Amino acid sequence: MDNRGYYHQFGGAYLPEILVATFDELDETFREAKNDPAFWQAYEALMASYSCRPTPLTYCENLTRHFGGAKIYIKREDLNHTGAHKANNVMGQGLLVRRMGKRRVIAETGAGQHGVATATMAAKFGFECTIYMGEVDVERQRPNVFWMERLGATVHPVTDGTRILKDAINEAFRDWVSNMDTTHYVLGTACGPHPFPEMVTYFQSIIGKEARAQILAAEGRLPSRIYACVGGGSNAMGIFSGFMEDPVELVGVEAGGRGLDSGQHASRLCSQDASIGVAQGYRTYFLQDADGQMQETHSIAAGLDYVGVSPILSDLKETGRARFAAATDQEVVAALSLTIRKEGVIPALESAHAFVQAFKEAPGLSPEESIIINQSGRGDKDIFTVADAFDDPRWKAFIIRKAEQYHA
Amino acid sequence: MLESYIHDRRKEKEILLMTHIVMGYPSFEASMEIVAAMVDAGVDLMELQIPFSEPIADGPVILAANQQALERGATVDRCMAFAREAAARFEIPFLFMTYYNILYRFGVEAFTQAMAEHRIRGAIVPDLPPEEGGEYMADMAARQLDPIYIYAPTTPEARMKRIADVGRGFIYCVARKGVTGAETDFSSELTDYLDRCRRATRLPLAVGFGVKRREDVDFLKGKADIAVVGSQTIRLMDREGPGAVGDFVRSLR
Ligand SMILES: Cc1ncc(COP(=O)(O)O)c(C=O)c1O
Repeated sequence: MDNRGYYHQFGGAYLPEILVATFDELDETFREAKNDPAFWQAYEALMASYSCRPTPLTYCENLTRHFGGAKIYIKREDLNHTGAHKANNVMGQGLLVRRMGKRRVIAETGAGQHGVATATMAAKFGFECTIYMGEVDVERQRPNVFWMERLGATVHPVTDGTRILKDAINEAFRDWVSNMDTTHYVLGTACGPHPFPEMVTYFQSIIGKEARAQILAAEGRLPSRIYACVGGGSNAMGIFSGFMEDPVELVGVEAGGRGLDSGQHASRLCSQDASIGVAQGYRTYFLQDADGQMQETHSIAAGLDYVGVSPILSDLKETGRARFAAATDQEVVAALSLTIRKEGVIPALESAHAFVQAFKEAPGLSPEESIIINQSGRGDKDIFTVADAFDDPRWKAFIIRKAEQYHA
Repeated sequence: MLESYIHDRRKEKEILLMTHIVMGYPSFEASMEIVAAMVDAGVDLMELQIPFSEPIADGPVILAANQQALERGATVDRCMAFAREAAARFEIPFLFMTYYNILYRFGVEAFTQAMAEHRIRGAIVPDLPPEEGGEYMADMAARQLDPIYIYAPTTPEARMKRIADVGRGFIYCVARKGVTGAETDFSSELTDYLDRCRRATRLPLAVGFGVKRREDVDFLKGKADIAVVGSQTIRLMDREGPGAVGDFVRSLR
């Protein structure tokens, strides 16, 4: 592989020898597709007929009035089939899997959204499907596990390490090194060895392309700022890439968990706890100790609970092209609550991180300005976590009754 | 350097044995006991693995050993001290095996300097392909240390040749697809692959992944210079304790 996917010092392809040939094949297939204008057309057509694209850009009149500053728009990635931006990446990689003639797909998942999207694609395209998911996430995102299994996927709970997203990625790699002849690993975010960061960004760039045209149609001018939550970085890269050349401020919001001083967060780009390292096949900021051992992370949102971050975002931070902030679990639940009541939309806990920062900044902007929040997914999957956060007594009573029925 | 050591030893033995431990598993005291037993049983080289939290190329047995060593407080400094002591006490060459982040955080130059001072002769870093290893190769070469590179059954011939140009000491041939510890089929397919390896390089060949009994080692005679035994000694130790390792190694050849 000649182009090794560096964004200044970040990225690369730190691959075990056994996978080098597989990555060469993937890179070549991706390059061919990217250079074939018919490919992007076919991709857009598929996303239109299968996943409600273009997704709307919704003006939030009530929130705008509430904060009394910039006009607040949200890009509705929650309206994708399966309820998150993950579908964009997965369907795109599915088309590549067909080109490569492989029959089986594997994926890691944190929130379960990427797992559900991959299982859906596998069902539609007729691929065998195995999903790796940390045991902790299996517990907190049970509804998605249920749907993955209905869709015909085998869900493999991962009991090693910290039992969350990074450990699921390791297990997926271990499967892949044994089965690469038949299998493609559908990595779910803009991380990992080259070409994944570039390839996932390419498919997710459909968000930014649409959003730019939509805001120009609505406002006649560019927005001042774009807000996106940052787990691995795919929804952020997707919307940012539409505005990269514009005078628009790009703001990524990480999981502040119980606070940046608590040691219990997943903030790689705005906490002192992160440093540059090489793991899971690429170089970026990681939450690691002085020896280079990866640390435990925490977030209320499983999809943001990850030790690394897209090498492209690390570079955007270093060059100053993007700015990063963190939102705590508590702030996230408050922003979620407000958005549901004011606008009647239910963002995913992951997405709600972006809302937190936008709400902090909107009052300081003028009413002539506009901002876009990327609503990367819908919150239905979070019903158990959100019910706990609100300590909802009726929900608890319902669960107890339900459990009793199963016992009987 | 390792290459001439291997050639010299091969004049006396049909095949050499390289064994592997995860430093600090199950404890540093037990690790030293195991090294002593292995050396006493006649192993020719040893890999000392510095545990890492994300050992992506390792299967369940070595993965668990990495995790438990870390849980029990293994640090890079402690591993360095252990390696220094092992290399001072025993005659055979020792190599480090670890993942690149360990070197990267330590500082690649400082890491190779420590290797040289502790008389560790080479290193196997499975997630550092030659394309990413410029600094590492230069720092190793400056100290006459051997960077051991890897061949896999999926490596095309032209790439094997390129790897041979930068490899030193020997080439580690991964016997099959997959991670460490799973079953390997010692068959004609493996023979063909080892033929391809042999044609691609003049460096000695080591074969690992799935070597666990005398028949496997016998199969490799005449096809490779070194048989590598990894997960199997950890499995045995988990079952029967560190005391069983010496007899096992003696039974292999
Ligand atoms: C709804 C939603 N948003 C955001 C993310 C975070 O991923 P990324 O940063 O790649 O967009 C996830 C991941 O699971 C998700 O499900």
